[in-house]
Amino acid sequence: MTLHKVAIPILGEEIVPRFDLTTEVIILTTVNSSEIQDKKIIVLPKSSSDELCHTLLVQEINTLICGAIEDEYYEFLKWKKIEVFDGVCGVWTQAFDRWQARTLTPGDILFTRMLEGNLI
Amino acid sequence: MDVFPEVHQLMRSPLDFAHILDEIPLGIMVMDTDLRVVYLNQFFQALTGFSLDIARGIPCKNILRSSACILNCPVLATHRKNRSISCTSDIINTDRQKLPVRITTAQITDTLGHFTGYMETIEDMRSSATDDPEKNVAYSFANIIGRSRKMEMIFQTLPVLAQSDTSILITGETGTGKDLVAEAVHQTSGRADGPFIKINCGALPETLLESEIFGHMKGAFTGAVENKPGRFKLAHNGTIFLTEIGDLPLPLQVKLLTFLDDRIIYPLGATKGFNANVRIIAATHRDLEYMVSIGKFRKDLLFRLNVARIHLPPLRERDADIRLLLDHFLNYYTKKQDKKINGFSESALSVLLGYTYEGNIRELKNIMEYAVNVAQSSRIESEDLPAYILDYEPGQSTSKPPAAKRAPNVPPDQLPALAPQRTEKSEQTWASVQRQMIIDALKTSRGKKNKAAQMLGMSRSTLWRKIKAYKIE
Repeated sequence: MTLHKVAIPILGEEIVPRFDLTTEVIILTTVNSSEIQDKKIIVLPKSSSDELCHTLLVQEINTLICGAIEDEYYEFLKWKKIEVFDGVCGVWTQAFDRWQARTLTPGDILFTRMLEGNLI
Repeated sequence: MDVFPEVHQLMRSPLDFAHILDEIPLGIMVMDTDLRVVYLNQFFQALTGFSLDIARGIPCKNILRSSACILNCPVLATHRKNRSISCTSDIINTDRQKLPVRITTAQITDTLGHFTGYMETIEDMRSSATDDPEKNVAYSFANIIGRSRKMEMIFQTLPVLAQSDTSILITGETGTGKDLVAEAVHQTSGRADGPFIKINCGALPETLLESEIFGHMKGAFTGAVENKPGRFKLAHNGTIFLTEIGDLPLPLQVKLLTFLDDRIIYPLGATKGFNANVRIIAATHRDLEYMVSIGKFRKDLLFRLNVARIHLPPLRERDADIRLLLDHFLNYYTKKQDKKINGFSESALSVLLGYTYEGNIRELKNIMEYAVNVAQSSRIESEDLPAYILDYEPGQSTSKPPAAKRAPNVPPDQLPALAPQRTEKSEQTWASVQRQMIIDALKTSRGKKNKAAQMLGMSRSTLWRKIKAYKIE
């Protein structure tokens, strides 16, 4: 049984577009990358990339799914052996589903494309 | 997903609205009432890295990725106050760079005055940021500092060249400031409000480089799932900076030559060309004439690029500048690290002035960063300097003979560099000194990186970058 922890910085139901402006992060613990064993939301006192990186390390996160992130923090997290899917936007549950199905890639846009109320 | 918006009744025939927007030197995004992206102009695409194909129909905050979008959306403020709003903010582009910008938003109405959406303009504020201590220095042009005769001549030439629209070839050893000159030329040229796009010709394999520079069409090859505009198209009305041009593969040299001839780019798989108004600045530390003689660089491309050449002298030929640069970087790092150091001891100064700086300004800058970090008193002492400088003896330089005097049978894979290469030994010494300092600090702090970083006078992120670079486990 392998436990794997996935963190997704969120804003409501969506992935927050900017890592450095995150105040809420959802942490999902999965067994063998499929079944969700635990789900918790951490609320940060203020948005800060440094604080968020620290939280991810303390929480022993394996995978991060996030929006835009500065290169310095991206490299830092990768160096800390955290797998980072950055530039992902859309509803966080969808991103997580894709990650579970192993079809998530960095830069994925998961929104339905609409213009003036119509699908395009 | 091709979009061809038109403007009617302004002139006799319908106008190409996209073309009008593309000519404006500001990033422009058009949104519907639900804040979904309708249109992006070329400048916006260059600034953010998102193409129109990718962004169309997506909520704008996920494309602009500005802090204002999350903290206090200017578009919603425009709607609430029913007037145009302007604010300064920052964005993170797809290259993971944070850029300062000014955002201005306005509402769009139809001919009957009905509200139909929003328009947002994004101004790149990188060129107008003035609080950088590196700027506004005497004896300088943009960020380049010097008062030696050779540099004075360059300062006289640069503004003239900047105002012209000719291609420029910048040569010089590594660390002499070729990138800085290219950016200074762009910022002081008539294209300053346009994009400045840099491509490192030596950084990508040939196949990727072609798609990166010239773009590709959807379906041009396996994996081309969408249109990619390419850097040349993104640099339209701006400047493209081809650094390490000497490393550009021969087939791409031909394609670049074709572009320089007719100014039209053909993305991979495209049947129609794009007329790109781009100024080219190329730079290399290699000896291009020698590369031409051994068939590694096209002679005709060299002639095309070599319209105006700026040769940046190595620091050893700029004796008068060493003191100026030492003072400049001392001032810069003391301010940055909030230390109170007001000069050099005589012994430190004599070592610094006697050293040959084969890595040029980059090396001098690194030495000063090290010294300011290490210094404990109000002056830089010779003990504060890296050990390899103290071990240095004049005449130890490893300069190669000039290219013209080199034997003609040099193997082609050992392409000539203008730079006299640093000896392996001195590089190891410099690296090992820094490495040892980090190890010592980590030992003293019992592995606590925060404390170690504090002791070394560097930020935590700098420390981990150095730990990574030196492979300290």
